[in-house]
Amino acid sequence: MGQGDVDALGLVTSLLLIGVALAVSLGQQLRLEKQLVWATLRAFAQLIVMGFVLAWLLEPGRSVLYSWLWVVGMVLFAAWTVRNRAPEVPGLFPIALAALTASMVVTMGVIFGLRIFPMEARAIVPLGGMMIGNSLGSTVLAARRTADELTDKRPEVEARLALGYSSAQAGRPYVREAIKTALTPRIESAKAAGLVFLPGAMTGLILAGVDPIDAVLVQAAIMYLILGTAATTSVVIGLGSVRRLFTPDHRLRRLVRKA
Amino acid sequence: MTNLFSFENVNVTIEDTKVLGDVSLQIPVGHLTVVAGASGSGKTSLLRLCNRLDVPTAGTVRFRGTDLAELDPLVLRRRVGMVFQQPVLFGGTVAENLHVAASDAGPDQLATALAGVELGAEFLARIGDDLSGGEAQRVCLARALLCEPEVLLMDEPTAALHPAARRSLEATVQILQQESKVDVVWVTHDMEQISRMADHLVVLADGDVLYSGPAQSAEADWALATLAEEVD
Repeated sequence: MGQGDVDALGLVTSLLLIGVALAVSLGQQLRLEKQLVWATLRAFAQLIVMGFVLAWLLEPGRSVLYSWLWVVGMVLFAAWTVRNRAPEVPGLFPIALAALTASMVVTMGVIFGLRIFPMEARAIVPLGGMMIGNSLGSTVLAARRTADELTDKRPEVEARLALGYSSAQAGRPYVREAIKTALTPRIESAKAAGLVFLPGAMTGLILAGVDPIDAVLVQAAIMYLILGTAATTSVVIGLGSVRRLFTPDHRLRRLVRKA
Repeated sequence: MTNLFSFENVNVTIEDTKVLGDVSLQIPVGHLTVVAGASGSGKTSLLRLCNRLDVPTAGTVRFRGTDLAELDPLVLRRRVGMVFQQPVLFGGTVAENLHVAASDAGPDQLATALAGVELGAEFLARIGDDLSGGEAQRVCLARALLCEPEVLLMDEPTAALHPAARRSLEATVQILQQESKVDVVWVTHDMEQISRMADHLVVLADGDVLYSGPAQSAEADWALATLAEEVD
């Protein structure tokens, strides 16, 4: 052990709190056991695969094109996840794909264009993952909350439509609420950076021996990009979902509440 | 004379279930038309076609002779106001609720709108959530009237009200219809209310038209007797 190594015992020990969470779930009949176990196993399997893929991508002489292909795969998977989480929103996949792709182009363009990190596989894949992973939660939440808000508040939405409001006007208060809900965790996280927690990239750089001030500046740039990506994709998904949940002649589609 | 609404072979199907089946009927101008039927007979669906909150699966609905599909739905909905079964008030005061319909309206105009539904100006500052069901429904009516509609669609507006508030709202709407010349299409399954309100009657049963015509006729009596058996 030491210098970031972890053996089997260390890994098993790290599962102790998961065990506590399982016990609480069983004791309180929260019915989260299946999801907790599944998420734990799935995360482990995915990270192991990721480790092998990274090792392959980082082999000397390997073209960075493969790293970019991996990022493209992540964007596709993220867009598919958004679509699956809000299946009642028709045609969400292309909106999510466009929003995530545009955000990725801008953020990766800034990171590598301004040479914050060198354009190498060891930077492309983890940074792409950070950007997509961090905005995925907000994006899914924006789509989910928009669909839920319009389902729950159908009488209010239709009362506005009946007063001659367009679908965009009638849906605005509810999509605003959905986007706010989706972005609050990210905004709170940004507010707490450095006070409550030390963000991952900065911690990694400091552990790797980089000057803390340089590490902070890099982290600040990454954090702004993550916040910007999450905000942009959430707004696009929220507004896009509203467009899809109404018909072109300003009627709210029939929505079935997700079980 | 052109009818207010004409339904020509109108069908509404939702997920393979018939809601309205080949409905053809006319709703005349200058009347208080009651659309009656038991629960699930399709009366709310019929009403929602009139301001295009829903569209027919097949057939044509005309407003004053023009196919609704050719009209701008946003303009149509200001000409054809609607009050829903459950009073829908947005957050905030009564004045804020009324401003949703008429953002430029001043206090005097809002007070006049409230007076039209027999509520005092003191209600403007009241919080919507604090109102009784009857008061809330009157505010909804005032809000719809602020758009100066030619027609009011009333979807069982008294269903959630106690008997006194029910009678009072009925009287208010009857006065509005007579004095303001606003045509009213009123949906209900309350047999007593039908006899008090209707001067033109549509009776629906399982998505089909049982009767459409003047409220005072032998056929209307037969349709209402059939409906009474179904409602009981």
